[in-house]
Amino acid sequence: MIAAPASPGFERIAAHLQRRARWRWSEVAFWLALLAAVLAFPSRAGFFNEILIAGLFALSLDLILGLTGIVSLGHAAFFGLGAYAAAILSSQGLADPTLGLLIASALSGALGLATAPLLLRGSDLTRLMVTMGIALMLGEVANRNADITGGADGLNLTMGPVLGLFPIDFTGQRNAALYSLGVLFLLFVLARRLAQSPFGLSLSAIRENRLRAGALGISTSRRIIAIYAVAAAYAGAAGALLAQTTQIVSLDLFDFHRSADVMLMLIIGGAGYLYGGIIGAAIFIVVKDVISGATPEYWEFWIGAMLVVLVLVGRERIAAHARRTLRMLVPLKGRAA
Amino acid sequence: MKTVQWISGFALAAALAAPAARADDATVTVGLILPMTGPVASTGKQERAGAELYIAQHGDTVAGKKIALIVKDDTGAADVTKRLAQELIGNDHAKVLMGFGLTPLALAVAPVSAEAKVPEIVTAAATAMITEKSPYIVRTSFTLPQASAPMADWCLQNKIKKVVTIVSDYGPGLDAEKWFGDTFKKGGGEITEAIRVPLKNPDFAPFLQRVKDDAPDAVFVFVPSGFGAIFMKQFVERGLDKSGVKLIGTGDVTDDDLLADMGDSALGAVTTHHYSAAHDSSENKAFVAAFEKANGGMRPNFMAVGAYDGMALVYHALEATKGAADGESLLAAMKGASWVSPRGPVSIDPTTRDMVQNIYVRKVEKVDGQLYNVEFATIPAVKDPYKAAKN
Amino acid sequence: MLTILLDGIAYGMLLFVLSCGLSVTLGLMNFINLAHGAFAMLGGYVTALLMSRAGVPFIATLPIAFVVPALVGAALERTLYRRLYGASPLDQVLFTIGLVFMAMPIANFFLGDQPQQVHLPAWLSGRVEFHGVGIGVYRIFTIGICATIATALQIFLVGTRFGARLRACVDDARVASGLGVNVDMMFAVTFAVGSGLAGLGGALAADVVGGIDPSFPLRFMVTFLIVVTIGGSNGILGALVGSLLLGVLDVAGKYYVPSIGAFIIYFVMVVTLILRPQGLFVRGDGR
Repeated sequence: MIAAPASPGFERIAAHLQRRARWRWSEVAFWLALLAAVLAFPSRAGFFNEILIAGLFALSLDLILGLTGIVSLGHAAFFGLGAYAAAILSSQGLADPTLGLLIASALSGALGLATAPLLLRGSDLTRLMVTMGIALMLGEVANRNADITGGADGLNLTMGPVLGLFPIDFTGQRNAALYSLGVLFLLFVLARRLAQSPFGLSLSAIRENRLRAGALGISTSRRIIAIYAVAAAYAGAAGALLAQTTQIVSLDLFDFHRSADVMLMLIIGGAGYLYGGIIGAAIFIVVKDVISGATPEYWEFWIGAMLVVLVLVGRERIAAHARRTLRMLVPLKGRAA
Repeated sequence: MKTVQWISGFALAAALAAPAARADDATVTVGLILPMTGPVASTGKQERAGAELYIAQHGDTVAGKKIALIVKDDTGAADVTKRLAQELIGNDHAKVLMGFGLTPLALAVAPVSAEAKVPEIVTAAATAMITEKSPYIVRTSFTLPQASAPMADWCLQNKIKKVVTIVSDYGPGLDAEKWFGDTFKKGGGEITEAIRVPLKNPDFAPFLQRVKDDAPDAVFVFVPSGFGAIFMKQFVERGLDKSGVKLIGTGDVTDDDLLADMGDSALGAVTTHHYSAAHDSSENKAFVAAFEKANGGMRPNFMAVGAYDGMALVYHALEATKGAADGESLLAAMKGASWVSPRGPVSIDPTTRDMVQNIYVRKVEKVDGQLYNVEFATIPAVKDPYKAAKN
Repeated sequence: MLTILLDGIAYGMLLFVLSCGLSVTLGLMNFINLAHGAFAMLGGYVTALLMSRAGVPFIATLPIAFVVPALVGAALERTLYRRLYGASPLDQVLFTIGLVFMAMPIANFFLGDQPQQVHLPAWLSGRVEFHGVGIGVYRIFTIGICATIATALQIFLVGTRFGARLRACVDDARVASGLGVNVDMMFAVTFAVGSGLAGLGGALAADVVGGIDPSFPLRFMVTFLIVVTIGGSNGILGALVGSLLLGVLDVAGKYYVPSIGAFIIYFVMVVTLILRPQGLFVRGDGR
């Protein structure tokens, strides 16, 4: 921690930070709108559930990519681990979803903690490959141990009701969406607090310039490990939600496609201000649904084209526009990684 | 992100505003869920063409009801399949679900079909235990035990004593390995080695080297349709065809979809399966001609026939119930239904809800300059041995 | 046993030709090009289609399988890639993933999703026995061609002036430019040759992997990246050692422990990265 002298500049900064920490009306409106959508359209609950879970997954990526500037092509490792952990727990008799969620999330966090040190060394490519390699290895491990994981056939689960009251199986689709929304909201509030805390600010510093941050006395390695573990736990929670609300897990959860898709969602929505993941997930899934209905084989082309254009035009330019608009709405740092 | 927020708002509104299909008594909606993209997209393509051909040939009205076919792409991901099934039933009021290109996709929908009492017609997936997962699952494809056990019998009758099995390491592969192996061993044969190959990106070279070193009479192979070509090539490349090791297996390895392109390395392979595009019957000749015409010369394979017969089953059931489209009546009408399909005479076993059909032993030969599976022996009315053994 | 070793070497040499372009691009331009597999796919398709539609003999298609992706690579480099040389790794990753996502449906649209097969001529098929060790003729051919390419590249890099200038650019582009080396042209030529080699590799590999289909780039992207990661970005030698190591381990692993399957190459990569994060052959400045 940096010892701060009490000076007029310091007071101004403190006041600014406090202002940012307050919830804006637009944020409240956003969450109320999500709640209203789930309640008002019970027939689309499955669809919303998919968006909310993808949003949580993208939020977890935002913690490392948007906030800290770590590129990961294997984030699906934690997603898949959380899902399979929840599924295996359920098949071993643990029917309570919330407990399963906590344990699965903790397991993913532990894996994140264990693999984070690998990220501190090597070049950009090796870091990328480490993340990918872990995801691929986990996929293979799940494939090998088919007697526990169901292998290529996948695993079906049965879940008990949430908190003993609200069933989330086939009859409780709307409850499932609300459960996902609840978990997403809670984790979001935590992430928001984290991002605005001194710890979160130091992560932004690390993203901007790791060398300089280190020179300022911030222990970059430890903080990177810490946030990676937290992001892994969040991704694990998203995976567990998927397993619990859809009652099925299969090996494709570890696929490269999942890692690439979540990164796309985050980039589309904008990285660095925490809402981007959820917005990007919504756009991605809706667009995919619409285009898939028309030409299922070619929606990948449009996603690719969008990416190429996005990068060439410059995410910075788009992000600059976004920053200006969002500075009024959302009090977090808006600069994309 | 103002633009982006606008777009997202519009898109969400548009998606939500799309009115749910109204429950229309005069229409029977059939939801066809297939992997149209992803690694098994070729299955989706063949199946869709098969189902649509049936409707084109027989008209879209049966027993006074209009058939509305909705095709959805689940990209091969089980959670998407489940969501699509729920939406088809809930929003589009589908009375029948069809398709399911892989075992996990069929299994994902099992609880949905049981809960909603909607018949789930499996037209592609072939692991034996699928039909046990819901009383509303009916299958028009086949099961691996159905195809593998007769192969073992043929081997025993043809003086093949030592066999090495190579299968892809997943549900259907393990079924094939077990049922071929058990039947063969019971008849006195020896399984020298049972090799399992990873499902993704297989390179058969090292495994085939093991086969060569084991020097059996024959090698029994099961790989999903799509990998047959590379297996054949490497089999020949390793010199196994010259070393006197016969190539046998289920028909998936000589899939009609890819057979024409496989080259001469496939000649002489003996396989057992429930359908060959070269099957000599008037129904099949008409089917193949119509299919090729409607699909730019594409040859139909067993996946197309599975979906074609799935539609046939729906039509038969509706005629039997005189148009009543609720799940229970349809299911009752489906059990025991029998008709002549392009593959031969078929019926739905009323107890197991699996297909009872002929299994043919065929050899790959050149017919009119193209490679075909030419049938030379028939085992009539084969029931799924997996369930028969349980009863 | 020796057969398996030779099989592994053949597979490794193939991987080398496929991946060396990626390794050099990474070392020279510090550019992560995930779309490398798309050039390999292009080369594979060129060979398959020339053979099946125009009846061109296999050997004659190989130079064309090199040239076409090289030209496409040069064109893309001039127009698109060069804008992103200074960009963040994230941007490079996103851009090249976008290109792959575009390339695959384009292939699907024009050529369908069935794998296009390459039917080898009779003189390249079959096996030879040599003191009890059998090996496929095609594998010998592959080893031969790839070894020739590797030697040619090494001679080129070390023995010619152009090679010397290239190495100068790799070491420090700014200083090289200051000394009068046309860095832009170096980049363009290197990228083109790398893409061409990928295309040639794709053409050679088409027979081994069961045909070229639109999903080829994504399926093999991971393999190429693993080779480059293990080998390090110090040009040819690293890519060669990485490929051979991977090829032999993969084939041997599958032979001796079939149930291990693909796990082995991922495991080796992670272990290598733990022990030597820069890969086996490191560049001087540790990039």
